[in-house]
Amino acid sequence: MAQAGISQQASVQKDDSMLRQKNMLSDYYRRVASAHEEGKKIVYTYVPGNLAELFLSFDLVPVYPEINSLQSGMRKKSARYIQAAEKIGHSEDVCSYVKSDIGMMLEGNIGPTGERIPEPDLLFLSYTGCFTFLKWFENLAQHYRAQMILLQTPYQGDGKITENMKRYMVRQLREEIIPQLESFSGKKFDEDRLREMLARSARAEEDLVAVLQSARHRPSPIDAYFGAVYYIAPIFTAFRGTQECVDYYASLRAEVEERVALGLGPVTPEGPLSQERYRLVIEGTQCWTHFREFWKMFYDEGAVAVASSYSKVGGLYDTGFRHDPNDPLGTLAQYCMGCYTNLNLPTRVELLEQYIREYQADGFLVNSIKSCNSFSAGQLLMLRELEKRTGKPGGFIESDLVDPRYFSAANIKTRLESYLQMIDQKRSGKVQ
Amino acid sequence: MSTSSNRSRTLEEVVQYCESLYEDTKLQCVQRWKAAEAGRRAIGFMPVYVPRELIYAAGVLPVGLMGGSDRVEIIKGDAYYQSYICHIPRSTIEMALSHYLDDLDGLLCPSICDVIRNLSGMWKLLFPDRLCRYLDFPQNFTPEVGGAYYRRELEELLADLERLSGRKVSEGELNRCIELYNHNRELVEQLYDLRAKQPWLVPTIESYLLLRAGNLLPVEEHNELLENYLREVPGSHRRQMDNIRVFLIGSFCEQPPLGLIRTLEKAGCYIVDDDFVLTSRWLTRPVEPGPDPLGRLCKAYLETSTFHSSKYEGPQPKPKLLLEQIARRRADGVVFCAPSFCDPALLDQPMYMRALDEAGIAHTSFKYAENTGQFQNIREQVGTFSDSIKLWGAPSPVRT
Repeated sequence: MAQAGISQQASVQKDDSMLRQKNMLSDYYRRVASAHEEGKKIVYTYVPGNLAELFLSFDLVPVYPEINSLQSGMRKKSARYIQAAEKIGHSEDVCSYVKSDIGMMLEGNIGPTGERIPEPDLLFLSYTGCFTFLKWFENLAQHYRAQMILLQTPYQGDGKITENMKRYMVRQLREEIIPQLESFSGKKFDEDRLREMLARSARAEEDLVAVLQSARHRPSPIDAYFGAVYYIAPIFTAFRGTQECVDYYASLRAEVEERVALGLGPVTPEGPLSQERYRLVIEGTQCWTHFREFWKMFYDEGAVAVASSYSKVGGLYDTGFRHDPNDPLGTLAQYCMGCYTNLNLPTRVELLEQYIREYQADGFLVNSIKSCNSFSAGQLLMLRELEKRTGKPGGFIESDLVDPRYFSAANIKTRLESYLQMIDQKRSGKVQ
Repeated sequence: MSTSSNRSRTLEEVVQYCESLYEDTKLQCVQRWKAAEAGRRAIGFMPVYVPRELIYAAGVLPVGLMGGSDRVEIIKGDAYYQSYICHIPRSTIEMALSHYLDDLDGLLCPSICDVIRNLSGMWKLLFPDRLCRYLDFPQNFTPEVGGAYYRRELEELLADLERLSGRKVSEGELNRCIELYNHNRELVEQLYDLRAKQPWLVPTIESYLLLRAGNLLPVEEHNELLENYLREVPGSHRRQMDNIRVFLIGSFCEQPPLGLIRTLEKAGCYIVDDDFVLTSRWLTRPVEPGPDPLGRLCKAYLETSTFHSSKYEGPQPKPKLLLEQIARRRADGVVFCAPSFCDPALLDQPMYMRALDEAGIAHTSFKYAENTGQFQNIREQVGTFSDSIKLWGAPSPVRT
């Protein structure tokens, strides 16, 4: 198929917010690298259901092993790291994020900026929606001999957050987690400081939602799956609760609103997309080893993600949740339990159905990730349900997070093109 | 609620009966149990643990589901799962869609891994009129925190079960069921102790089939069956072989086919401990007698649960617990026998391997699927493992 209105330019195109976000992350990795020299303690933790505000209120520096793994994937280093982990007994069957991280650790723990990521002083295990997180930190604990604290986030098995679930989380936080963090950090818990951070989180979340919902416009000014990676990074990681985060999302929102006013499409690595031909809702995580190549397959066809589930893994805000400074522990509990990975399958189907309708999508595509059972188990049924409920065609492709052995460009491209042709036929009325 | 026959069986009859239950993938024995009395209900549960006492006290038969083994051909199930997801959910879906599980009035999915967790959601989508609960067990073992949460979860489960059976559970009834299951655990422990002491008397294939029978039978009948076996087996005059003693780990969810268990024994291994059908061995001590039986069930979970892949052990590292168990059973080595794509089992292995290397304990590993049909490679691998221990003993500890 022909390219869909991409202005060809040699260098990678990024909008201002992407460049700003890149600088924020580079600064963050430098802060991480020098943390121990500056007398700060390092806490390894996970993205879904992360307690960034709480850590920052204790002046702790959070590090996210998933982010390190995805960075290794994007920098083409994960294959070697995965092999290193497999050499010490990790199965080829299991999550490649875990293996990439462990391999990186075995090879000196050099982060994306070329600086060494310090060893953890604490492993903070909040395994929202993913059992593998538990196993991952058990493995790290054995290697690092580091202290570990667990925060259990009950799963929304019945598609709701019950009082019992919330009470359990708040009691864990109040009676165990906070006293342990006080002891670990040597600092008294400052609730007022936490409240201020939560208020800033809510402001940034408001702007993020406006950005994500801008995709309701035609053309969509953003790509809500590939492009969204840049938009969600600060708020899903170490920046939520900071003024830097508030400023970033305010400027991002302004930038996106300007694109809406000008009727512009999303910025791709090869420049602005001028012709939106397909509007898709995408379910599943990312393929980091071939991020650009994968994205290109879409924008070459004029396919834009107008909504995605991946952009909700670190917080589901577009259904109304905002961090509430008036109920600091309760709101942290609600946040953790509300992340996309913590939703049961029927709720995930309902949410995606809502996206397909609200964002006037032409179809629904699953990028099924070999590494991620939390996402992947059940996706084929989700696909059937969504087709049945919306009448929109569903597509299915398979890849992996950071193991390049599971990325077959030809297969994916063929499947994607066939899928887009199916949408064309559906539009033309040739297929019911 | 029992359908006990009170008939003593010979050893061969016990084993044959257990084998017939193992082959009963269409749950005809559950159908018969339900048909014997109006209003009876049955509920399926996935590995690895559910409080069966509570279910049975509500007048509901707890039925352990452990996949379709190599007896169920997968036709529909593969359309629901990608190739990189383990086999047990696809055979469970296959059986459900093929009406094998129609006699179950619901399904319980304990928190063991993301696949079984998501199976609960699939069940809700596919069978919206049937009860389905995901049981998120506490990982916090403080009574006022994790214990309080767990108690409320059990109260909600009990309310669901009472609605299902139309029967209010009294303290007396729950106490009675706790005693029945305490006795069941005691008998299973006797079986495991006997096998560890005289493994030539209790082939693992038999102990395994006995445990699997407990997935389908009312507890009274299962207790009788275990007593029957334990009574008969000492007089069986089985010959002691020159086998090594191995600890088998990793088979707590999707089960190996019977042929694989037989192969391990034929290859020169006495399995002196394992994690098959762990439901009946999850609580390592009896539930204490006394008032507030629900509270005591919670306390037992917090204080006496075995160590397991899906459970957070806090500062007590799992490899240390495994080494203690190996020492208790006087095992010569460890066989890692895990299903393909089983995240919990496979992600444990590197930790365990490192600890075993440091302790100088030999180990070998392989993977299977519940419908694996060829065992020759495994026989050769395990046979070599067994021979190497017989010839050269345990390897030297590795200093790290």
